[in-house]
Order: sequence, then C-alpha cells, then structure tokens
Amino acid sequence: MSGPGQMAGKPGRGEFPPGARFIMLAVLCLILIVVDHRYNHLSRVRELLSLAVYPIQVAVDFPFTAWQWAGDAVADRRELLRENEELKEQLVIASYRLQSLTSLEMENARLRQLLDSYEELNEDRVMIAEILSVDLDPYPSRFIINRGSTDEVYVGQPLLDADGVIGQVESVSSRTSQALFITDPDHRIPVAIERTGERTFADGTGDSRVLRLPYLTNSADVRPGDRLVTSGLGGIFPSGRPVAIIEEFVQRPDQNFAFVTARPVSQLDRDQEVLLVWNEVFAEVADATPAAGELR
Amino acid sequence: MSARASRSWLMPALTIFGALVLAVIPLPGVVSPFRPDWVAVALLYWTLIQPRRYGLLKALLLGIVLDALTGSLLGQHALALLVIVYLSQRLYLRVRAFPASQVATIVILLLALYELVLLVIDGFAGREVALVERWGPVVTGGILWLFVSVGAERGRQAAEVRI
Repeated sequence: MSGPGQMAGKPGRGEFPPGARFIMLAVLCLILIVVDHRYNHLSRVRELLSLAVYPIQVAVDFPFTAWQWAGDAVADRRELLRENEELKEQLVIASYRLQSLTSLEMENARLRQLLDSYEELNEDRVMIAEILSVDLDPYPSRFIINRGSTDEVYVGQPLLDADGVIGQVESVSSRTSQALFITDPDHRIPVAIERTGERTFADGTGDSRVLRLPYLTNSADVRPGDRLVTSGLGGIFPSGRPVAIIEEFVQRPDQNFAFVTARPVSQLDRDQEVLLVWNEVFAEVADATPAAGELR
Repeated sequence: MSARASRSWLMPALTIFGALVLAVIPLPGVVSPFRPDWVAVALLYWTLIQPRRYGLLKALLLGIVLDALTGSLLGQHALALLVIVYLSQRLYLRVRAFPASQVATIVILLLALYELVLLVIDGFAGREVALVERWGPVVTGGILWLFVSVGAERGRQAAEVRI
C-alpha cells in the first residue's frame, strides 16, 4: 500500500499508533468533562478560554448591534419624538409611584424600629447589561451578557428587567458571563403566589413562554391570572419581584399534585437589555455556595 | 510551490473560523434547532482532503474552543470531534474510492455519532435537550455535505495533483 493515503494509518509524529493516540486523547477529554462537571477547578481555564473566544462572540454580535445602531441613527424624527413623549409620560408615572414608595419605606422602617427588628433595607446596586446576539444551541435558554468579573458579576447573580425576573448568572469570565433564563429546564426559582402568599417552586420547561409549578396540591387556592413573585427563599433572588402569571390550573385527582403552568412576565428573548442586581446579603450567600439550591 | 504551500493553511483556517462564527450566530427560533454542525462538517471535510494535517490533536483543540464558545462542558465537543475525526481517518482510504453518495452516507452516520456523543454527555451532566434539537443538525449537516462534496471533489483532485 503506497500513495497519498498511507499516512492516514500511521502516526504523523511520535511513536504511538493512531489508535493509542486516539484513546489517550479521548481519555483526556473524559477526564476534562468529569472534572469540569464535578469540580470547580476549571473555572480559571474556562475564564481564559472565554477570553480567547470573546473576539468571535463580538464578531458574531457586531452586525446585529450595528444594524440596531443604524436603525437608531436613521430613525424617523417623528418616531423619536413620539417615543420621547411616551418615555416622559412613563417617567412621570414611575416617579409618582416612587414617591409613595419612599413614604412607605419610611413607614416600614418606623414599624421595624417599633418591632426591634434591625434588618436593613439596603438599596440594591444595579447595572445594565446587554445580551450578546450569540446563540448557544442546543441550549436555547442560555445566553451571554457583556459583563464579567471585571464588573464584579458573580455566579448566581439575579437578572431582572423592567417587568420582572429574567434569570441568573451561571458562569463568569472576565468580560462576559453566561446566564440562564428562568425557563431553562435546569432552572428552578422559589416563588410565592401574591394573592395568597403560598410558597412553591417554578421550574423551567425549555419553552420560553411556559413555567411549570410541580408542587401545588389539588386543593391549592390558585386561579389563572394570579401573579407569582419571588419568595426570597434560597437567597439568590430578591423577594417580591414579579416572575410569572398563572396560566392554567388543572386538578388531577389521580395524582398528588395539580398540573399548573405559568407565563413569565418578562419577554425572555435575546434582543434586550437586562439589569444585574447586587444584593450584598445575597451575594455573600451565593459566594459561599455557588448557585445554591436553584440549579437542580 | 512555496507560495502555494504558505497559502494552503489559509482556506482551512478561514472555513473553520467561519464555521465557528456560524455555530453561534443567532437564528430565528423555528430554524435554530436545524442549525447544522458547521464545525464538524468543516473539520470532516479537511480531514478527508488532507488527513495528514488535520489530525486528532487539532480536533481536540478545536473542540475545546467550541466548548468555550457554546458554554458546554469543557471536552464535550472535543470528544465528539475526536471520535468522528479518528473514524474518518480510519475510513479515509476506503472513502476515497467510494462514490459521492456513499461518502455522504458515511458523513451522515459520522454526524449522527457526533450528536450521540454530545447527547450522552448531556445526559451525564443532566442537561435536558429536546430531541429535534439533537437530530435536526444531522439532517441539515447531510444536506450541507452535499454542497460541500462538490467542493471536496475539486479539492481532492487538486490535492492529488499536488502530491
């Protein structure tokens, strides 16, 4: 046997036959996978690699950002004026609500003092992040944001938008972070039904419009339209933030729990800005146990 | 010759970079489960054209880059690429003699194996993935190969002339 194909069956360099090389490299991969999955030792390596692929992510994201920017640049003047008007109205309404909130906060603080409870109501530190236009197939409910450890992003940090909870940070590199939507099948968020205060969990289903509540009994007081807010248990999400609206409540007499679905209040798609929230108390908890409890 | 040799890395590098970009470029929701495995197809192509230059180590490194890019477990895509590149190297001599339709069949089988490796590792890690998102890429990858194989035929002739 001679000819162009001969080399394929022989080692290119070194003394190992290709079968042995293959097995060695495959074992290396398997070790890498197990170590990456079971332990946290590889986070530094991953961080460096994320930095290495950052240019690719930017290259992919750039045309989309540029398109948006171009759209903004040539937007109709009337359109802009109209939008400006709308935003001004929204601002007025928001500030009005904020005023009443301030007085409520003061009242709350007074009441807490009366009760000798010194739990502080600290202002949350927040930062706007942008979702990079990068698809992580086949995991449609994972995404990348343009903030990383240089912005003090931490694993387990909650992500919100103007409507409510979006997701949480899963891994952090220096310039970017990877995050999960609350609808990721691996994600579970502790919630409370606003009307009744009953606490339960909402699990992701992989569908960006559906959450499932697996642990509500058939006799639970739940109606379609009920609002779900974060319960604050688990120490990752700040409490009282809107999460979803109950869509369907079907009693299943043959089973322990009812079939309950909810629709997230936020638009869970990629072309938007999100809010990273720091809650100092929660940050400490999250540091101690990475992504505690909420990642199944 | 030297000019040609110095340029010969350019096409593979460009196609593989292009494949990496295409692997994460946003697609509309309906289409996105059918995103072909661009990187696997590109690497298979170059392995079948120039088996001496595209070996196991490059497959491993490329796989790790892909892992970092897509946020999968480190080593997941690396292992899957390693497996199909190893097999395509073993099959290389025979594949050369095959008609295009059989080559395409082998490539589709290799792509299916690639997805199977990814699926098994996802299962091990407990990540859930819808079934269509696993097998859609095999179908579109096969279709992509049909287009690529026209280029492969030309490239192969060129390579043979060179050797």
